[in-house]
Amino acid sequence: MDARVLEQRKSLALWLGLFALTWFFARFGASISEALGMEWLISYPKEWIIPLNDKVSALMKWLVEDVHFILFSFTDMTRALAWLIEQPYYFVRALLATGFEQGVGRRAVQIVPPLSWLTILAGVIALGHYAKDWFLAAIVGLSFAYLAIFGQWESAMVTLASVVVAVPIGVIGGLLLGILAYRHPRFDRIMTPVLDLMQTIPIFAYLVPILFMFGFGPVSALVATVIYAMPPMVRITAMALKAVDPEIKDFGVMSGCTRSQMTWRILVPSALSSLMVGVNQVIMLSLNMVIIASMIGAGGLGFDVLSSLRRLNIGGGFEAGIAIVILAIAIDRLSQAFAVRSSQIHPAPQGSNIFKRHPRSTLVALVLIVALIVGRFVPAFQTYPDEMTLTTGAFWSDGVKYLNINYFDVFEAVKIFFLTWFLLPIKRFFLNIPWPWFIVVITIIGWKFGGWKLALMNGVMTLFIASTGMWEKAMVTVYLCGASVIIASAIGIPLGVLAAINQRAGRVIGVVIDTLQTLPSFVYLIPVVMLFRIGDFTAMIAIVLYALVPAVRYAAHGVKSVSPDLIEAGIVSGCTKRQILTRIRLPLALPEILLGINQTIMLALSMLVITALVGTRDLGQEVYIALTKADTGRGLVAGFAIAFIAIMADRIINASAKNARIRFGLEAKND
Amino acid sequence: MTTQAKLVCKHLWKLYGNIPSQMMDSQYFPPTDNELEKFGVIGAVKHASLEIQDGEIFVIMGLSGSGKSTLVRLLSGLIEPSVGEIFIDGQDMLKMSEKELIEIRRHKMGMVFQHFALLPHLSVLQNVAFPLSIQGQSKSEAEGRALEVIELVGLKGREDYFPRELSGGQQQRVGIARSLAVEPELWFLDEPFSALDPLIRREMQDEFLRLQAMLKKTIVFITHDFDEAIRLADRIAIMKDGAIIQVATPEELVMNPASDYVGEFTKHISRAKVISAGSVMGNAKDGKGAEISQRAKIVDVAAQVVAANSPLKVVDENGTVIGSLDAKTVIDILVQQGG
Repeated sequence: MDARVLEQRKSLALWLGLFALTWFFARFGASISEALGMEWLISYPKEWIIPLNDKVSALMKWLVEDVHFILFSFTDMTRALAWLIEQPYYFVRALLATGFEQGVGRRAVQIVPPLSWLTILAGVIALGHYAKDWFLAAIVGLSFAYLAIFGQWESAMVTLASVVVAVPIGVIGGLLLGILAYRHPRFDRIMTPVLDLMQTIPIFAYLVPILFMFGFGPVSALVATVIYAMPPMVRITAMALKAVDPEIKDFGVMSGCTRSQMTWRILVPSALSSLMVGVNQVIMLSLNMVIIASMIGAGGLGFDVLSSLRRLNIGGGFEAGIAIVILAIAIDRLSQAFAVRSSQIHPAPQGSNIFKRHPRSTLVALVLIVALIVGRFVPAFQTYPDEMTLTTGAFWSDGVKYLNINYFDVFEAVKIFFLTWFLLPIKRFFLNIPWPWFIVVITIIGWKFGGWKLALMNGVMTLFIASTGMWEKAMVTVYLCGASVIIASAIGIPLGVLAAINQRAGRVIGVVIDTLQTLPSFVYLIPVVMLFRIGDFTAMIAIVLYALVPAVRYAAHGVKSVSPDLIEAGIVSGCTKRQILTRIRLPLALPEILLGINQTIMLALSMLVITALVGTRDLGQEVYIALTKADTGRGLVAGFAIAFIAIMADRIINASAKNARIRFGLEAKND
Repeated sequence: MTTQAKLVCKHLWKLYGNIPSQMMDSQYFPPTDNELEKFGVIGAVKHASLEIQDGEIFVIMGLSGSGKSTLVRLLSGLIEPSVGEIFIDGQDMLKMSEKELIEIRRHKMGMVFQHFALLPHLSVLQNVAFPLSIQGQSKSEAEGRALEVIELVGLKGREDYFPRELSGGQQQRVGIARSLAVEPELWFLDEPFSALDPLIRREMQDEFLRLQAMLKKTIVFITHDFDEAIRLADRIAIMKDGAIIQVATPEELVMNPASDYVGEFTKHISRAKVISAGSVMGNAKDGKGAEISQRAKIVDVAAQVVAANSPLKVVDENGTVIGSLDAKTVIDILVQQGG
């Protein structure tokens, strides 16, 4: 027998053996350990728990209350920081939404009204036309008109204000950190794992310490948004600067550029189009944070969604949710158009007078003045008249009510079917595995895929989860996430394959996927909660919807990018269409599909915390509870546990995708 | 005392890899190729010593991987050598501070790159003015000077174009203009014409010679094209595997290749274009008829010599007869045999 085949059989036997043992332990572990009097095998004993929670909380308290730098205390520093962020935010918010006021509280008198809705509308239309064309202007204009007509204007402007402030901070901060990482490789080496962690720790986990330092209010929300939205900018900056043509860098040196001239006059302008991708990312992530940030004090649309969700007001939540989506689409399109524009050539404006040179700016200024003057006498010019707003809230509420009354049994049957035959068995399986055995299994998996380093990392991380007393919740997390990923892959991968081999289907699926991706994660929750009420099944559907996108995308990309030569080779050797798919396309797309599943897992984990709102009992709930109690230690430890699960899954799947690529000769083995 | 060379490098080494300190001991240094291999060190440039004179076109020629790009990067100070010394106008470049280096680059050096290295976000005018504005010159001053050099390279009227709107040849003209804007004394050209089509390349070589005839810079020109080297160079250094194997005028290279490797290049060169009358003439001063300058290339006098019935006189600059050239010698060269 061939040595390779033998090797394959051996590893198959290993996996089967591991699975059989795990199943055996899950099934009989409880009774065995009870018989042996070793219950600690099943549930991690309380006395062994390391009280990391308390230690972290104590550290935080010490930081806030006792730390003094030479001239000022830690609290002074956070206050100063808060003040710095507050000023631009209040200014922009006053400009867009509330108007400038004098006095405090009830006696406040508006001295200058906010920009009228007409001015802002004219402004964004002009921006759209400036950035690209009339089509974009129309899209942006209609989006903002929607916000006015459907009564979301004021909340939307508050949200817009926070985005307008958070984005520049995120972009500039990210740019500077990225430049630093580019210039100092040592800083880069420290930065990379920190960024990895920042992107895998659920946002909620760092909401708690932020809340602790900055208090409840828009500043905390802004800080959280910036922290969440900045990492991709740092990465993209460092990468874009590295990717600048080395000849151009040499040219910079040879022209005698100083270091700062090199950065600002050579590197940054040369990398501009890549940097704009980073800016777009920051904008999208800031918008993603809108709802979550409202939990710690951001007002606006996010708050509307959250409070509707809490009151189970379907219509209101849905309308505000859609408004976020529309705002996101408008801003996204605008920023993408600006990104494209920045890499094109535009001659300087020419013309005899200021109007000819700057037709758009003068027009907007004109609207501004007219609205300001006329708005004093005709309120409709200032604020969009209430009596002209439409609301669809009742429609959505009635729709759901109708569905609930007439199809309650169907929904209930579906839910119970899934719970009994899918969710609960998986849950029971995971919860019954003795924790020491599970640690062993994860370590073996790490060793098998990524050598001793991955094995060690897996061992240490699982041990951390066990020893901080998170085991049971972690298992619920793994189960919920695993079940959702299975379903998301089962739906997403075939869809992706279909999108790749059938053009028409591809277009339709593309639109659906794009839409799903721009929707903020919370929006999925509302209708699902309405139909299925709270619980694991609801959480699963929301997670599947949110995490479906990468499974489809990567599968489609993987199948599409199989080399046409290979497909022609298949046709020439007489493959049927089916054989081409199963024998050529799918195996070669496997590494990509695996990466898609990896992304699906990451998104599923990040959605978990949000689904804690609908009553799951996993690590997400732990973080959520910590947030409501402002318990820093608890939140951070649970956050780390989620991040560890994410990191382990990521490394294992990446290692196996790499193995697959090496097997197919798509990548050289380099060790 | 001879005039001081413009650019001198002595015993220049550039090594990559983990260089064991024992290798740098005087006992082991300079290492042989075998020793380098034993230590696992790659020698990108090995023991390079050159003297480049004021006003000459010095071509460094080598195939890819021969270390010519590394050498020019060492000479221009873009990278630091592992061992060795570099002098510009007698000043030790490696001992200069960051600030002095910047000053030298701003005023004494210009460089043209293989892929042009134009800044995509700037217009032709702004690109050419860039090195000047880096020095802090005012916009009008810098752009005034930029317009002059743009005209010099024949791009007048295209000041407001952007690099991507120009052809490769035009882009390289911008690159040349930009490197000339600061009026450098030392002009580095790193394979400036390699990315261009053959016809354009020829045109650019002529353009380059025209500019040099006017400007008389000290030039270090890198190429992998032996024909180009022969065409442009006053002197050529041939590199192989990081080492310089011969430094000579084109004519000497063709007449006396230092090794079979050099011979391989010279074999396919049209010798008549390189060899001059002075180097193949007979000693007898019995020539008749027309006088031929000893510097004249064979290709230019061939018809004249062959048409004459007897050998022709060869004279030096003063008109003194120093030898004679007969038809047989010329024909041998023309059919690539003699010389």
